[in-house]
Amino acid sequence: MTQRAAITGVGYTPFSRDSGTSVLDLAAQACQAAIDDAGLARDEVDGVASFMVMHDSVPSQAVATVLALPEQGLLLDLDLGGQAPCYLVTLAAAAINAGLARNVVVFRAMNGRSGDRVGTMQFHGMGAQYRYPLGYDAYMMYVAMWGQRFLHETGGGPEDLGAVAVAQRKYAELNPRAVRRSPIDIDAYMAQPYVVEPFRAADCTIEVDGACAVVVSALDRARDLRHPPAVVASGAYRAVKRSGLDIGDHLLWDDYTRNYTSFLAGDLFGRAGVSPRDVQVAEIYDCFSSTVLIGLEGLGICGRGEAGAFVRSGATALDGELPVNTHGGLLAEGYLHGMNTVAEAALQVQGRGGDRQAPNHEVCAVTSGALMDGSALILTADR
Amino acid sequence: MSVVITQNVPAPQVDIESRPYWDALREHRISVQRCTTCGRLRFPPMPGCPYCGARGFERVDVSGEGRVYSFVRVHRALTPAMEGEVPYVVAVVQLDGGGPRIIGRVDGDLAAVAIDDAVVPRFVDHDTWTELRFTRAVGAQKP
Repeated sequence: MTQRAAITGVGYTPFSRDSGTSVLDLAAQACQAAIDDAGLARDEVDGVASFMVMHDSVPSQAVATVLALPEQGLLLDLDLGGQAPCYLVTLAAAAINAGLARNVVVFRAMNGRSGDRVGTMQFHGMGAQYRYPLGYDAYMMYVAMWGQRFLHETGGGPEDLGAVAVAQRKYAELNPRAVRRSPIDIDAYMAQPYVVEPFRAADCTIEVDGACAVVVSALDRARDLRHPPAVVASGAYRAVKRSGLDIGDHLLWDDYTRNYTSFLAGDLFGRAGVSPRDVQVAEIYDCFSSTVLIGLEGLGICGRGEAGAFVRSGATALDGELPVNTHGGLLAEGYLHGMNTVAEAALQVQGRGGDRQAPNHEVCAVTSGALMDGSALILTADR
Repeated sequence: MSVVITQNVPAPQVDIESRPYWDALREHRISVQRCTTCGRLRFPPMPGCPYCGARGFERVDVSGEGRVYSFVRVHRALTPAMEGEVPYVVAVVQLDGGGPRIIGRVDGDLAAVAIDDAVVPRFVDHDTWTELRFTRAVGAQKP
């Protein structure tokens, strides 16, 4: 990609079980925090972008209004879930490159715990009639259906999923923002009962109320701002062929062991001019543990069937070969649908990871999404 | 014929494309679309062929025999509607003879269900609709 844009700031509200406030208020707080973090004035922000599932959030227009932002050159709302964060940063960077905007704030906000809960939400798509009457009625089951087949074909087992949950919980101990911070080891993991086999509670993200935002700026502006730019070296979105009638329909997609990451990796790395071996930090979307394994293999960071052993070896820990999900992931930090995954990637590239800062952080791969469609970014230091 | 009185499980919200499928299930038949241009079978019902894009199709009955492509065992209900149903198994079944994949519960010995198991259809009549389920075929394990 030829655009020169960078993530310049990140913002969060606290993640809680009950925010006690509106989604619009959460959104505005996180966006304001990200704008402040970047060191921008509000009147420089000329774009807002976000996403929601079944109208569980607020439109970008409303956020621009309550923050008293100037005239907007880009307001973008996607009807998507966790596939969206890297996609929106990609689109924001492309818009900046096209001259449509200079500084775009990208957010996800929701009362995802006290309000509409995606985990048990019914997606009223065209495929709904073929799943809810059968009790195939939660997003977790769709990801579990893929995870089961993935483990079967690649020779993996419950210890591979458990290794993901255990490794990420170690990071969460270092992350004050994380909702799940109590230590867990593989024995404690294996002792948990199944919720939807092959998933136990520790394999599942935890729903929260909260908001998270990042600011994407033109690189020439970014270089004058407070923090080192996290350059958007490339971005990609991909939906597989025959991706279905809606977010929960995956009957026409024939390979549950490969998700969108397998299909966007070539473009993603090619446009960034780096290879999977160059990645020094990876933030892999993890609504459930299996998607980390599928994502590491899909991106080409691990070979086919090798991701489980890679995680079990300790390679994804802070002192390992490739730190992965350094915030504890959605499994432990909380389910902001991967907006927080992108924010963590930016913090790592900027060297602002604090106690959980990866020692080498010039090239970071980050993904958004679990199944048929999703998106990814390569963020790099300004070099 | 077994009749299950639906308590909380939602009935399907049928539309113009799916009506023939649900009507056929009521008669204990499994009716899927076949593209009249490329001949591929498809499910769910839709107005164009996802393999070649052609609009024309005919409806054909399939046996409902197939193999488990993947499955989940649900130990904890995630919606109130299913609280009385756990534990249960939901499978994606690859129908034999080039058939499409279809989703259904697998009844019987839940602990025994495994990928590649051969399954046969089972029609469960609810008060206003009929559900396609499966059971493991005799000698279900892959040879």
